[in-house]
Amino acid sequence: MNAILKTIFAKHQDRPGALLPILHDLQHALGYVPDDAGPLIAKELNLSRAEVHGVITYYHHFRRTPPDRHVVQVCCAEACQANGSEALAAHAAKHMRNGEVDVEPVYCLGLCSIGPNIQIDETELHAQVTLSKFDALMQELGDGK
Amino acid sequence: MSVTVYVPGDAAALALGADKVASAIAAEAARRNEKVNIVRNGSRGLFWLEPLVEVVTAQGRIAYGPVTVADVPKLFAADFAQGGKHALHLGDIETHPYLVKQQRVSLRRVGITDPRSLQDYLAHGGGKGLVAARAMQPAAIVQAVTDSGLRGRGGAAFPTGIKWKTVLDTRAAQKYIVCNADEGDSGTFSDRMLMEGDPYCLIEGMAIAGLAVGANKGYIYVRSEYPHAIAALDAALENAGEWLGDFNIEVRMGAGSYVCGEETAMLESIEGRRGIVRSKPPLPAISGLFGQPTVINNVITFASVPDILAQGAAFYSGLGVGRSRGTLPFQLAGNIKFGGLVEVPFGATLRELLYDYGGGSRSGRPLRAVQVGGPLGAYLPASQFDTVLDYEAFSSIGAALGHGGIVAFDDTVDMAKQARYAMQFCANESCGKCTPCRIGSTRGVEVIDRIRAGASEQIPLLRSLCDTMTHGSMCAMGGMTPYPVLSALEHFAEDFE
Repeated sequence: MNAILKTIFAKHQDRPGALLPILHDLQHALGYVPDDAGPLIAKELNLSRAEVHGVITYYHHFRRTPPDRHVVQVCCAEACQANGSEALAAHAAKHMRNGEVDVEPVYCLGLCSIGPNIQIDETELHAQVTLSKFDALMQELGDGK
Repeated sequence: MSVTVYVPGDAAALALGADKVASAIAAEAARRNEKVNIVRNGSRGLFWLEPLVEVVTAQGRIAYGPVTVADVPKLFAADFAQGGKHALHLGDIETHPYLVKQQRVSLRRVGITDPRSLQDYLAHGGGKGLVAARAMQPAAIVQAVTDSGLRGRGGAAFPTGIKWKTVLDTRAAQKYIVCNADEGDSGTFSDRMLMEGDPYCLIEGMAIAGLAVGANKGYIYVRSEYPHAIAALDAALENAGEWLGDFNIEVRMGAGSYVCGEETAMLESIEGRRGIVRSKPPLPAISGLFGQPTVINNVITFASVPDILAQGAAFYSGLGVGRSRGTLPFQLAGNIKFGGLVEVPFGATLRELLYDYGGGSRSGRPLRAVQVGGPLGAYLPASQFDTVLDYEAFSSIGAALGHGGIVAFDDTVDMAKQARYAMQFCANESCGKCTPCRIGSTRGVEVIDRIRAGASEQIPLLRSLCDTMTHGSMCAMGGMTPYPVLSALEHFAEDFE
């Protein structure tokens, strides 16, 4: 991690307000922000450890533990609610498998005309997800691992 | 000869399989030894037709949609490269009734151009506002924006020209232009569509703002839920070359905090802190990012500026009604048959959007409630569907137009549950700085739970709590959460019994 942090620090050394970009880069590289990164980042940016800890824990996006192999985000905001996202979220929760598939809510993917929507591994979007379509996607995930 | 095929790269099109369709077209063309040039454009905003594939023929662009991977070989067999007949053939999409009735200004190039090509942007009328602005005095640019009547499209509707004038008149060695692209409201996606489909329009608007107030540095704060928008902006900036002169723009990624759409919380986030709302005054226009005078506007506000400079303030102020001038890109979402982007001048009614454009509910059941303006917007019953879409008309009925998001619900909706959700969302997303929002939202969830369990005598308590939140909160998060709650209570009282 120290080598990765060193590269990230070098990339952002002249950037004002660099804390979020540094955390994003670290999470991108490792999949999460390890607790022992906090003090190192604090030292680099001349911040207190409390300030850095506060930022990491304030934002929903940052993870403090390694993610499961796949993260499935189900949109639970109003526009998807209007199209049955609540039933989808309840159904999706049954697919959670420790270490393999994590299911979490997300509040709006910006695809509000074609809900309910999900996002897999923070990149792959799927719209109008029925329960059977969800099962098929999970099947693909399982096969693809 | 190579055929040009447009397959949208917009996130909504991707969610409906556009990437696979694009790959299938490339593979089928290779198999047939035909040459195709695939351009990943933005979306036209007719989402029930996505992925909407367009082919450039001698007769113009011919559209087909919604195209699946399985349709691709059949499209080739039907000679779609020449606009051949096929069940998915839609003809020139610009003659589609959904688009013919619209008046697109801010989003007029979205879906038409290659978003990553500056050349394409300039060839479609982009860049003229910046050229005009470079020949003007800063005060004249600000005057043009003031005269256009443009108001902030993020939701607060503050006159843009007045904000810019404050920044222009404040002396400082360094000033900033910040674009608020933290489009977190459910039911809104116009910012996302513009960033993905016509990023240069936003970039040009920010550069003009820089000339107007004397700033050479801009930030675009985009939510982390929009990776495709971030990629499009980064690519556009990468390809911008010398076009922006000494104006420099940096894209910053948010981190999943709704309240960072509040302008001062956003500034805190860019500066590397928790997204906690600042006290006002001082206004960000006087002391904003890193303590310097800062113009903060929404994506669509900036995207409206190039045309105002290129075509003149009168062109823009000639559209709209009352004090709401110009157009607003409305977003039809939720349980709606023909959901999508409808950019029209202010002055249409909600009913026109819901039925003439939207075609009623997707489920086929009657529409019962419509939430306008995101999670902090009011729920409107059918009796208010004739409300005119302008800022003042909405505020007069205790509602807000916000960022133009319209979320439709059919008659299966439980409005007490929606009211509870509004409070719960506020509890989850409150920054925690002020008590009415931080504590009030949690107490709100509890009171609504008791009411739903039969304690209707607690309704006055809920109203009183909403009153405290409305008047005692520091920002719109706690201050406007009562909108959906009270409107649900007002118009759908039967759901609370």
